[in-house]
Parts: sequence; structure tokens; C-alpha cells
Amino acid sequence: MAKVWVYVEIANGKADATALEILTRARSLDAEVSAVVLGPGATGVASELGRYGATTVYASDDPVYEEYIAQPAAHALHELVVEHGPDVVLFATNYDSRDVAGRLSAKAGAPLMSNASDVTGPSTATTAAFGGQTIVDVKLEGPLKLVLVRPKSFDAEPSDGDAEVISVKAHIPDELKKAKRVERHAEETSGPKLEEASVVIAGGRGLGEAGNFKLLDDLAAVIGNAAVGATRAVVDAGWVPYAYQIGQTGATVKPGIYLAFGISGATQHVVGMKGASKIVAVNKDEDAPIFSFADVGVVGDALKVLPQLIEEVQRRKGGP
Amino acid sequence: MNIIVCVKHIPDPNLPGVMDGFRLKREGVQGVLDPGDEFGVEAGLRLKEELGGEVTLVSMGPAQAQEALRRGLSMGADKAVLISDDSLRGADALVTARVLAAAIKRGAFDLVIAGVESTDGYTGTMPATLAELLGVPQLTFTTAIEVSDGRLRVRRQSADGYQVVECSFPCVMTVTAGVNEPRYASFKGIMAAKKKPFEQLSTSELEVEPDALKPGQEVVEVSLVEQRKAGEVLPDDGQGAVRIATFLKEAKVI
Ligand SMILES: Cc1cc2nc3c(=O)[nH]c(=O)nc-3n(C[C@H](O)[C@H](O)[C@H](O)COP(=O)(O)OP(=O)(O)OC[C@H]3O[C@@H](n4cnc5c(N)ncnc54)[C@H](O)[C@@H]3O)c2cc1C
Ligand SMILES: Nc1ncnc2c1ncn2[C@@H]1O[C@H](COP(=O)(O)O)[C@@H](O)[C@H]1O
Repeated sequence: MAKVWVYVEIANGKADATALEILTRARSLDAEVSAVVLGPGATGVASELGRYGATTVYASDDPVYEEYIAQPAAHALHELVVEHGPDVVLFATNYDSRDVAGRLSAKAGAPLMSNASDVTGPSTATTAAFGGQTIVDVKLEGPLKLVLVRPKSFDAEPSDGDAEVISVKAHIPDELKKAKRVERHAEETSGPKLEEASVVIAGGRGLGEAGNFKLLDDLAAVIGNAAVGATRAVVDAGWVPYAYQIGQTGATVKPGIYLAFGISGATQHVVGMKGASKIVAVNKDEDAPIFSFADVGVVGDALKVLPQLIEEVQRRKGGP
Repeated sequence: MNIIVCVKHIPDPNLPGVMDGFRLKREGVQGVLDPGDEFGVEAGLRLKEELGGEVTLVSMGPAQAQEALRRGLSMGADKAVLISDDSLRGADALVTARVLAAAIKRGAFDLVIAGVESTDGYTGTMPATLAELLGVPQLTFTTAIEVSDGRLRVRRQSADGYQVVECSFPCVMTVTAGVNEPRYASFKGIMAAKKKPFEQLSTSELEVEPDALKPGQEVVEVSLVEQRKAGEVLPDDGQGAVRIATFLKEAKVI
């Protein structure tokens, strides 16, 4: 049976959500599924990883993996791979995992495929091109294959599985302790997380200026369980923090409803939101690409529609 | 300080992509220096201005990629190396990293700068693979750069904010858009670029095994997915907000 491994990033003692999605998918392949998790809290999440599909979890709580970027984790993962010979290691497309996967590719001489939207076997995966209009099937060669999978490609579903935990005892040489994380800063956000909200309200350059994002906050507040997101154009302009960015280089969201105000619908934005069940768009240009796939399109000024919409939602909810 | 900047020549991202069989067509289409790499060139130039030294551009690509290197030279880089070879068509990230590593190892380096991800392929892993092949650490997703006491101290973007990472030289660093404001090439810069050292190599002039240049992945099928269909797009006659609210009500979110 093929051996499918999932590398699980851990932050603040929690297993990365995308890794759980990938484990769920791996479980459905005809394969023996293992997980590797390195860093403080690793053994603590092992049973959760078992529930999502790993039968073996290689874990180490050593802080060295958190303190230094990529090199210690790539070193330990490489030792495990050489010892146990998996056919494929799957990674979430996240900051640290990307760095670890890239280094492992060099160490093991293994091909690394990025941006996978599905994994169909130990050596086959698919990716979306041109903003999702095209699906590309890729075959990987060699004894070891590496695949980086995009967030929200699968739904995470627990089972009643259980994992055997094997403690990783890699020795990390000092010369791999170089790029040191010395500070961490988290931006404050209120309300539900972008990735988890059932309604996402996003704004683009068409909102004109930073101050107008307040209208989106107000709309989110009256709807409830809604989060506010943005395009890269406005993040780069400094209107909102990077954490708001949706798209290829930002968050991937899959809400029930996605509302786009003053967003053109560039492919790099669309890959991050096309999983939404329903899409509503307001744009003053009737030829904006976003209208070619929106379920409800309003050709008009977002700055006019927004205050009216806030009022209308309030009225229907019988609010103040 | 010997600063190397990896720059990629890509089909103009503002034009629709053209496929050549299962690959993106690269030759004979309008090309540009990857806009993401302009931030890398700018970062290299600023570090040189601060610390002294030399900025060398390195690229792997078709002969046409000279244009991208010329542009980086006009911005102020000192010299350029292009590795161009027909056998490299279809190279994946690992092959690209092996070629660039072999080219970079021909000389001394203190810092290698690259973009976080290319605009055409957005693989986003080439620099980490390159760092491993060069045997040096990596500082990735950099949004701000500072050098103090001979060490780099950078801000690294993270899922919920940023981190501060410190590292000694030599290392590989990747930069995000927004790390700086890339300068324009002046007329003087464009003229000066024509006289700067420019080297073009084939893979036979590098220390790489031919076997190491075979990509380990292959596209086996390209298919169109069924597109989402457009719903009703209507001009806002003052009832746009009401239409949206009704839709939200039907979807039971309000
Ligand atoms: C490598 C790479 C990665 C990228 N990654 C991302 C990413 O992760 N996420 C992302 O979003 N982008 C990304 N981009 C950028 C992307 O290509 C687009 O530039 C960006 O999404 C455009 O943002 P926008 O829709 O806000 O702006 P624009 O494209 O400028 O669109 C603004 C829209 O607002 C409309 N408008 C103007 N005024 C009004 C008004 N008063 N009322 C209503 N509508 C109005 C206009 O008609 C227009 O359609 C990436 C680009 C590259 C090259
Ligand atoms: N063929 C290439 N030549 C030079 N630099 C490259 C090449 N491919 C990738 N790079 C560099 O690596 C970065 C990330 O690219 P990628 O991993 O392909 O998304 C780019 O922004 C470039 O700086």
C-alpha cells in the first residue's frame, strides 16, 4: 500500500486547519496515512491528527523547530523520509510549510508541485490555472514526491481513527540554527475569522479610499457572522492590513455568500474566493469580469448601494 | 558585499496567457521583468548603497530574457548572467534552483535575493530550494529590511501579522511586493546598461549533471472546467440594495 504523509504545521499549540483538510483527503486514498508534526504542542495534537486520518504521528515538541526558520524542520523531516520511505509528502500552502517543502525538495532530490487543488494518488495531483478556468493534471516521478496543497481544497471531517505516536529524536546541528524568529506580532481582529465566516464582505479599489471600509464593517455588523476582506490592490495601498487579503497570495475563503464591492475580479483574486456558494457583486463597470460569475450583479456605485443596503438589512431584521 | 538578485523574465501578465501545448507559451510573446522581481532588484540596490559592494542579476530563461536583465541593469545593477539552453524548457522549480545554484556558486556571494513567488508560475518554492542547495539559511516573505551589526533583521509576513527574524550572512532572502518602491530606470541608466558586463551561459558551462536537469513532474492533461454562470446583472435603478437584501433573506443569512 502507498505511504502518504502529511506535514502538519503547528502554531500556538494548534494544528493548522489546512493540514486537517489534507488529512481528510489522504484518508480517502487507498494508502497508509501518517502525519509529521514538529514544534511545541506537537504531541498534544497527535490524537486530533489521528481522528482526521493519520494512523501514525511522528511528533516532537522541541522548540528548535519554532525558533528557527525551516532548516531544523527540513532536516528532521528528511531523516524521517529516508528512514521510512513515504511515496508522497503533502504540505499545506502556508508560510512555514512552503519553506520546509522547498528545502526538502533539494535535500531529497524530489519533485515539488505547488498550488495543488486536489491529490488523486501518491503521484498524481491537479491544479487550477487561469483563475480556475482550466484544470491541469500533473504526474510526479521518482521514489518521493512532494505536493503543496491550497487551503480549502477539501472539507475537514473527523473520523473515529486513532494514531500511534512516535517521538522524533532528531539531532539538530548548530549550523542549522541561523534564521531566528525573535519577535511575533499578531494583528487584532474582531468578529469571526475571514476563513471561517459564513458571509464575507470584500472591498476593492472601487471603494475609493480607506475610510470607506467602515461601510463594510457596518454591513458586517448588521448581518452578523460576517467578516470583512479585501483585494491586494487595497492592501498594497495600505487601506487595510495584509490579514484582510483574499486571493492567490492571501486567504482562501469559502463562505456561503461572498459580497464584492468595487472589485474587478482579477484571476489572482478569484482563486481565493471562487469556492463561495453564492456571489454578489456591485461594480460601476458593467464589463467588470466579476459579473461573469456573480449570482447577483448590481451595476452601480458601491458607495451609494452600501448605505442603502445597511439600512435595508436593518429594516428587515427589525433592528434599530 | 556581493549581492545576487534572481530575476525572471515572464510573459506580460497584462496580456491573456497563451498555451503552447501543455505549457505557457514563453517565446515569441511580449515579455517583461517579473514585476515581483523589481522589488528584489530595488532591495539589492538599497543594500549596496548602504553597505557597498556589487549587485549581480541572475536569470534562467530563453534568449529573450536578456530584456529583463537589461531592465534590471538600467535600474542600477552592476552585471548580469543569463543561463539559456533549449534543454531547460519545461524546467520545474527544482531544476531551476539547481541551475541558478550552479551559476551563483561560480563566485562568492553574501546575499541572494528573490521574489516570494513568480507572477507567471507562482510556485513560490524555488528560493527555499535554492537556499538549501547553497547550504545557507533563508529569510522569506520579507516586508521590511534592516542591517545592524552586520546581521540582517527583517519583518516576515505571517498568517496573523508579522514576525521579526534575524540572520547572519550569507543567506537567501525573498521579498514581497510592498517591501520598497522600485525606482524607475533613468535615461542615463538605460544608456549605461548597454555597457555593463553581460554573460550568457549554457548548462554545459555549469557544474550540473545532465540528469539533474530533467523535471520530475509533467502535465498529463489540461481540461476546461465548467464555469460558474452569470446571474442577473442589472443596473442600479435605486433598487440594487433591495435586490441584494432580498437575496440575503432568501439565503437565510438575515
Ligand atoms: C503574483 C500576483 C499575486 C496577486 N495576488 C493577489 C491576491 O492574493 N489577491 C488579490 O486580490 N489580488 C492579487 N493580485 C492583484 C490582482 O491582479 C488585481 O490587481 C487586484 O485583485 C485588483 O484589485 P481591485 O479589484 O480592488 O482593483 P481594480 O482591478 O482596480 O478594480 C477596481 C474595480 O472597482 C470598480 N469601481 C470603481 N469605482 C467604483 C464605485 N464607486 N462603485 C463600484 N465599483 C467601482 C471598477 O470598475 C473596477 O472594476 C495579484 C497579482 C499578482 C501579479
Ligand atoms: N528562471 C528563473 N530565473 C531567475 N529567477 C527565478 C527563476 N524562476 C524563479 N526565480 C526567482 O524565484 C522567485 C520565486 O519563483 P517561483 O518559485 O517560480 O514562484 C521569483 O520571483 C524569482 O526571483
